[in-house]
Amino acid sequence: MESCNCIEPQWPADELLMKYQYISDFFIALAYFSIPLELIYFVKKSALFPYRWVLVQFGAFIVLCGATHLINLWTFSTHSRTVEVVITTAKVLTAFVSCVTALMLVHIIPDLLSVKTRELFLKNKAAQLDREMGLIRTQEETGRHVRMLTHEIRSTLDRHTILKTTLIELGRTLALEECALWMPTRTGLELQLSYTLRHQNPVGFTVPIHLPVINQVFSSDRAVKIPPNSPVARLRHIAEKYMPGEVVAVRVPLLHLSNFQIYDWPELSTKRYALMVLMLPSDSARHWRGHELELVQVAVALSHAAILEESMRARDLLMEQNVALDLARREAETAIRARNDFLAVMNHEMRTPMHAIIALSSLLQETELKPEQRLMVETILKSSSLLATLINDVLDLSRLEDGSLELDLVTFNLHAVFKEVVQLIKPIASVKKLSVSISFALDLPEYAIGDEKRLMQTILNIVGNAVKFSKEGSISIAAGIAKSEPLLDARAPDFFPVPSDSHFYLRVQVKDSGLGINPQEIPKLFNKFAQNQSVANRNSDGSGLGLAICKRFVNLMEGHIWIESEGLGKGCTASFIVKLGIAGRSNEPDHRVVPLNRVQANFPGLKVLILDDNGVSRMVTKGLLMHLGCDVTVTSSTDECLRVVSPEYNVVFMDLGMHGTSGYEVAMRINERITKRHERPLIVALTGNTDRATKDNCFRVGMKGVLLKPISLEKMRSVLSELLERGTLRQS
Amino acid sequence: MDVSQMQGQLIDYTASLFREGFLDDQFTQLQQLQDESNPDFVFEVVSLFFEDSERLLNDLGRALTQQIVDFKKVDAHVHQLKGSSSSIGAQRVKNACVAFRNFCEEQNTEGCLRCLQQVKQEYFLVKNKLESLFRLEQQILAAGGSIPMVE
Repeated sequence: MESCNCIEPQWPADELLMKYQYISDFFIALAYFSIPLELIYFVKKSALFPYRWVLVQFGAFIVLCGATHLINLWTFSTHSRTVEVVITTAKVLTAFVSCVTALMLVHIIPDLLSVKTRELFLKNKAAQLDREMGLIRTQEETGRHVRMLTHEIRSTLDRHTILKTTLIELGRTLALEECALWMPTRTGLELQLSYTLRHQNPVGFTVPIHLPVINQVFSSDRAVKIPPNSPVARLRHIAEKYMPGEVVAVRVPLLHLSNFQIYDWPELSTKRYALMVLMLPSDSARHWRGHELELVQVAVALSHAAILEESMRARDLLMEQNVALDLARREAETAIRARNDFLAVMNHEMRTPMHAIIALSSLLQETELKPEQRLMVETILKSSSLLATLINDVLDLSRLEDGSLELDLVTFNLHAVFKEVVQLIKPIASVKKLSVSISFALDLPEYAIGDEKRLMQTILNIVGNAVKFSKEGSISIAAGIAKSEPLLDARAPDFFPVPSDSHFYLRVQVKDSGLGINPQEIPKLFNKFAQNQSVANRNSDGSGLGLAICKRFVNLMEGHIWIESEGLGKGCTASFIVKLGIAGRSNEPDHRVVPLNRVQANFPGLKVLILDDNGVSRMVTKGLLMHLGCDVTVTSSTDECLRVVSPEYNVVFMDLGMHGTSGYEVAMRINERITKRHERPLIVALTGNTDRATKDNCFRVGMKGVLLKPISLEKMRSVLSELLERGTLRQS
Repeated sequence: MDVSQMQGQLIDYTASLFREGFLDDQFTQLQQLQDESNPDFVFEVVSLFFEDSERLLNDLGRALTQQIVDFKKVDAHVHQLKGSSSSIGAQRVKNACVAFRNFCEEQNTEGCLRCLQQVKQEYFLVKNKLESLFRLEQQILAAGGSIPMVE
């Protein structure tokens, strides 16, 4: 046996170790053989692997390594030279392949690595493209929405609808949680919630306009993100803990439609803005993106453009109308001028001879005349007075007809008007033995605002007619407030007297027991120049214009007048309703600024103290003062008075004829008690005796006036007025 | 009787009271003070007047039948009565009081007693009249009418 170059193992001693090596080598070989098999299997499966021949190389390398290890198995025991040769060959091959592989790998591994980077790069690129695609898609969608919005917003030209539509469309397009529009109030100091998308009743919420967040939005022409807890974004109840998502606000320019100056129509006439607030839903993690904000701005611009268009159109229409109206007005003015000229001339021409006739006839009447002559002169006078009245009436009526008559509104005493009418009519009525009575409803105010003269003229005319057409019996006048129920007059079914805070409707009814009127004649009564022909009016005078004029006056006072009669001989009832203003309301000028010769109607809140030991007289004075609206306290003895008196009281009315005490002493004690002059109440004496001595005594102790008992309502009223004006009743 | 007839009656009656001098302008003033915040003013005042006057008349009667008549007190009572009657416009009563006071000043007991009789008579007359007036008014109001005012 030739000696081999391998190391001679010591057989018996390392048999175990040998055995292990044997087994390990075997397994290594197995693994080394299976790896390429796996590789091949998987490569066959994958279609994309570009380095096949590297695999082959690698496979060869592995196989050879395996083979080497396998052949090693035979070297553990003595072995022949053939084995040696095989091993050597195998090792040489293996070495060669390994080196080649190692060399190749130097090239391949960077490639492989770069594959990985390229892969990453490609992934990024893909993601980016994805995003860009998404963007383009959104933009296309936005474009579609804008077209839709434009279409919707421009489909109507009504200002409010435009804004509302903008709101709705934006809400829909951007899938908003809530969208609100805040409009400036008339005062311009607050913004009021006018419309919201989802909230049902947006009333009453106001927000002052000068909040910093609002100023920020108004000063920028872009949509601005605002904090979700600002007052304009808080639309739900404060009790609910709800935080909306991101909120954006944008200003919406409003047009000042009140100013239509034709020559001054700048584009910058919009100084007022409304605020539109848009809220994203809070549960989605959405944020306001650039294109969405732009969309909002586009929508706002669209709405503004639409409104401008509408306004332009309105302006053009108005201009045309203006021109037409101007022309019409000028024509009407010319016509009126012509008529006035005519009337003035005719007026003058007619009145001058009239005046001469009347004057000379009156003078003639004064001279010595025979009875027949006197009769003739009287007839002339009567006829000419009639003619003069006729001329006046015609003048009045023509002025009434063309509406150039204006009511002269003053505050006047309603009760006094009626009383004066009765005074005027009493002589005639008593000659005819007619009794005249008035009844006022309890709720009829004493004072009213209206045209006193013409109201009196109307009442006088109607009452005069009643007297004229009654031969006997009585005339009753009833005045009250018209209730807001429809009149029972079939000719005016649409007339509803509806009272308001500042106006009431006066209803007057004059009933007489005279000749009556045929119901068929009634419609003609208010026509001009119509007279009641069915009665022989031998002693009738008047132009027949009276009722026509009354009707014009009543119409001017926004009222209605009508006559009812059951027939001839059954009397007749004339009624009318007119609108009058309520006196003593807050739109009246401040009472303290009343001029000297104007007596105050009422003295609300004036604190008055009465001292009088006579119960009846005390009660009467108290009633008087309470009727005038004062706050009255009564005392019946000097002690009580001195106990009660204080600077709170404005006036003290003291009866001088009190038994056992001197009113002068009380006055002095009051003035001593209240030392400050301006705090002292004004003390006025009431007495049955107003001689010089009493008056002097009163003024000496510091009283401001002396009044004679019993005192009338009117007198008390003027006394209180004067006291408040001048602080004294003394004539200096 | 319907409302307008009653109203007519009231008007005539009131007119007659004024004509005959029972009432004067002051009563009209009182009627003017009656309004919706004070609907029974006249009635209340007149009732008070009745109470007061009857008390005063009794006091006067007693004072004048004393052994020694205290004219100061009598005068004070008459003064009160004069004041009350003039406050409500009971003209004849007031005039009687004026005459009464003159006798008081003269300290004439006989005259005073005569005057007291006069005053009493006038007072009861006017009381009667006013009560009838109020009855008529109540009737009208009960029938749904309103009280007319005579000028």
